[in-house]
Amino acid sequence: MAVIRDMIAPFELYQPAGVDDAVRLMDQYGDEGWVLAGGLDTFDWFKDRIKRPAAVIDLAAVDEIRGIAEGGDGGLDIGAMTSLTAVAEHADVQSRYPLLAEAAGLVATPQIRNQGTLGGNIVQDTRCWYYRSGWPCYRAGGNICYASTRRAMNREHCIMGADRCVAVNPSDTAPALVALDAEMVVASSSGERTYAAADFFVGPDIDIERMTVLEPGDLLTRIVLPAPREGARWYFEKIRDRKSWDFSLVTVASMLQVQGGVIQDARVVVNSIAPYPVRMGAVEAAIRGREPSEETGQMAGEIAVEGARALRHNDYKIALTRNLVKRSIRDAA
Amino acid sequence: MAERAIGTDISPPDLHAKITGRARYAEDFHAEGMAFAKLLLSPMPHARVRSVDTSRAEAMEGVLGILRASELPRPEQGTREGALSDEPLYEGAPILAVAAVDETTAAAAVEAIRVDLEPLPFVLDPLDSLREGGPNARTDGNVPGEDGPTSLKWPDSVFDEAGPDRLPMGEPTAEWAIGDVDAAFGEADVIVEETIVHQSVTHHPMEPRSCMAYWQNGKLFLHGSTQSTERTRGPVAAMAGIDVEDVVMIGEYCGGGFGSKIAGVPIMAVPAVLSRKIGRPVMLRITRYEENYIGRARAGFQGWAKIGFRSDGRMTALDLYLVQDSGAYGASDFFTAGTVATASYQPENMRFRGVPVYTNTPPRSAQRAPGGAQIVAMLEPVVDKAARELGVDRLEIRKVNAPGHDGWLGPNQGPFTSAYVREALDLGGELFDWEGRRQLSGHREGTRVTGVGMGLSPFTAGSNGRDGLLVIRPDGKLHVHQGIGNLGTHSIADTARAASDVLDLDWDDVVVVWGDTSKHLPFSTVQAGSQTTHAHTRANHAAGEAMVGLLQELAALELGGSATDYRVADGRVFRAGNRAAGLSFAQAAERAIARGGKFSGGEIPEDLHDVTKGAVAGLAGEGLIAAAKDNYGQPGAVFTWVATFAQVELDVETGEVEIVDLASATDCGTVIHPRSLAAQTNGGVFQGIGMAKSQRWVFDPQWGIPFTKRFYTARPPGILDVPLSPRFAAVNEPDPHTPVGAKGIGEPPVGAGEAAYACAVADAMGGLCLCRTPLTSDMILAELEGRPRPYGLLDTHV
Repeated sequence: MAVIRDMIAPFELYQPAGVDDAVRLMDQYGDEGWVLAGGLDTFDWFKDRIKRPAAVIDLAAVDEIRGIAEGGDGGLDIGAMTSLTAVAEHADVQSRYPLLAEAAGLVATPQIRNQGTLGGNIVQDTRCWYYRSGWPCYRAGGNICYASTRRAMNREHCIMGADRCVAVNPSDTAPALVALDAEMVVASSSGERTYAAADFFVGPDIDIERMTVLEPGDLLTRIVLPAPREGARWYFEKIRDRKSWDFSLVTVASMLQVQGGVIQDARVVVNSIAPYPVRMGAVEAAIRGREPSEETGQMAGEIAVEGARALRHNDYKIALTRNLVKRSIRDAA
Repeated sequence: MAERAIGTDISPPDLHAKITGRARYAEDFHAEGMAFAKLLLSPMPHARVRSVDTSRAEAMEGVLGILRASELPRPEQGTREGALSDEPLYEGAPILAVAAVDETTAAAAVEAIRVDLEPLPFVLDPLDSLREGGPNARTDGNVPGEDGPTSLKWPDSVFDEAGPDRLPMGEPTAEWAIGDVDAAFGEADVIVEETIVHQSVTHHPMEPRSCMAYWQNGKLFLHGSTQSTERTRGPVAAMAGIDVEDVVMIGEYCGGGFGSKIAGVPIMAVPAVLSRKIGRPVMLRITRYEENYIGRARAGFQGWAKIGFRSDGRMTALDLYLVQDSGAYGASDFFTAGTVATASYQPENMRFRGVPVYTNTPPRSAQRAPGGAQIVAMLEPVVDKAARELGVDRLEIRKVNAPGHDGWLGPNQGPFTSAYVREALDLGGELFDWEGRRQLSGHREGTRVTGVGMGLSPFTAGSNGRDGLLVIRPDGKLHVHQGIGNLGTHSIADTARAASDVLDLDWDDVVVVWGDTSKHLPFSTVQAGSQTTHAHTRANHAAGEAMVGLLQELAALELGGSATDYRVADGRVFRAGNRAAGLSFAQAAERAIARGGKFSGGEIPEDLHDVTKGAVAGLAGEGLIAAAKDNYGQPGAVFTWVATFAQVELDVETGEVEIVDLASATDCGTVIHPRSLAAQTNGGVFQGIGMAKSQRWVFDPQWGIPFTKRFYTARPPGILDVPLSPRFAAVNEPDPHTPVGAKGIGEPPVGAGEAAYACAVADAMGGLCLCRTPLTSDMILAELEGRPRPYGLLDTHV
């Protein structure tokens, strides 16, 4: 059968007004249903006719999961349908969670941030171009990874966390939310569940066809941020080929709790080097009790890339990860 | 006196429509009963169609017809590209088209068609094709020969001798020489030698090449996106197999061409012929995905240069070898590249060798300074390397080698019409403060190292012998008929100013007529080679002088006296010294119509092109009509030079480069429209920087399939990737051999920006030239860290 791209195939459109209705529709359609938030990931799939769901459940009218509110215990509660612009420009996010404001503000372009949602940015699919071109790879239900074959073009792919699939998680906000110890609230017909952000993302060793814990029928509704920590320093940097409308080559997000010039606690998270945002536990442990200096950063960087394995074209990601982790400690402010 | 229009900023007549969204592009037109077409693209990089089963598609309700390659007029030459093909030569090559009542049905019908393809050998890398036993991109060969493609293979020893990082150089297909390079190398004080790669990149105009066609009474009406309106009729007529008189080409706006839409693009044949076949108008909307395949691309080079210098910086020998990635249907960039190199450096001795090799990648065409941008970006960093070895300042070494007015061009060493190159270099150097900035070279702050660099880029910028056509109508306005297209450069307006200035007429009294060949448009240049400004200021100047003559003659007949007693200014022809004794333009138009004959198109100058004669005949009786051929002569090649200077900061921990300042200066003759000139220059500079910095055209080598099919993967630069306020200046000295003094500007800025960036990055790396594009942050970081390179030095399509 010949292939047509850039032309959305017909589907049934549902526009529920509440989470309950949305979840009911998701149950009704199961694998044949597709949840639409901002559409930035969705419409690429639809235009290429690679994903052709029977029904699209558009969350645009589900107002109860849009907006930013005070959470319990001095935290913040962000609806999954809140636009990335609203997140990046919100006064409380900027003052209390500048790491998240920075991450959201570096997504793509102003137009995409106006349309794209925080929830959508978190649960977006990988951008591996073999997979996105509709090739029948592991992640698409096939039995090969084209991106790791001998002559494959894999500059943007994994240096760790691979298991058959070498695609990376492209989200800018995901590593920030892991570093902030955020929680993800998920609704389904069987009730509401909450996941620590670090546990929300899954690698191919757990499920090769998904990027998160969400299964059909599950809807990410809210992102809950705990109260900001005292004396926290943060760092976020996204390396990309262009300064706008680009996915990251490597992104680092770190939170350091520094007292008396010494790191008391840390979260160091790197994205776009694995199929999920990588929380660098060994780095966090190693820098505890040390000054956030060049030397500590250097050590942290070396630890961060221990065990990293380059594919044919992405050895640079090892050096880049090492250097960004170093900076995220040395230059955290 | 009316204010002289040339040299001032104006709002072009298409501006409001563009910024308010009222401008209608090809895709915005609809016709009664219009059907929609969709293309079936080849899923393989090289294949032969064994059979096609369209039965399921044809049985679908709403399907109106299917067009196959065999139904199109055969291209005249073996390598000429047709709109459809039964031997697709690249992945994405259109095989057939389906028309249906709507696009959804057409798409479903394409999906229902079964094509049985025989896979054929394919090749992406020219060097792979030149190896013994390597695949040929075409069944008839891999390089152009005298009678069509032929096969060229180099012995293994050529490759073994070169090793992995040096260009193998076997037998070339093209070669020329000036003097004796080998002898000159023997006497050179410094010799530098590099293998250099320039990537192929797709054009990515904002407007894809959508087109809509319908037929009325045997005439083909085609709405399309084209750089050149009048000159598009001929190619479209050939595509449809009809006479040129039977084509009406409509294209008022062109959303970017960059050389990919010069005069009729092959895909126009699909709606033209399919519409005739099904008896209904046909709209073919080309998507971004399809544009990536059929939207043309710049030819890439794998090259090698060995350059000898005297101790004072004078280039005594240039030995150049270029292997060109010609795509499936060929390109001539490589040959232009050799010529352009002479316009930069005037080497005392030179040898040029080249091999253009077909590959199974999308078709190439001119892309803004084809060949020129590549060679400038490739050679300028090598010249910098020599300057460092010689201890000669990098601005100085360019001045030492730049041509003056007595300079020469190419293998025939013909003259230029003018060359204020050193003046442009000095002007740019002052604007940028080269003296001060070069002290910053290598300065490190934190993790950021400063680099400064510059690029000098020449390119062809004019032609002659076209026609101008002016009508003064009873509304009293001067109507300037423009056969040229509106490709976004303002040239439809700017070249008209040559006529209004000759007539000493206020710009508000000028009406520009363009974009529809039924509006009687004169013979014009194609909008390519940056010819338009030069060629059509001349043609409109000639027509303006003819109009002055007619006005004087008419006034003498109407009011007495002799023609020489009369002057023309401010919309009147009047007796010298007595403005009241004369005719307004409105009156002149009425009298011209009443008198007929030569005043209103009844007699037509013999030396006009047939197209112009037809246009004049069509306008006859509508006003005072002046048409004239540009007979001013052109004693040499018309060239423009742009010098761009860049300051960058390289982050040594990430490989990222930020451009902190850009300044450009040009010798493009007289400045017609300062704001537009700055926009053209800066836009070209940015486009060039994109090729060096972020833009890519990645293919999977195993399957021969491109991945950078969308803007976000192809990564042309965005506005945040360049400084917000690039600076610009022009020498503004008239070319003495053209009446208005203006030369073109469209193309040379590209190589200048690209080279300035490459040189500045090399400078930040302590003079280390990686000598390839793209030069992305991963490559830079790998080099700085001493880690394995992401790609081989000769790799293409990364």
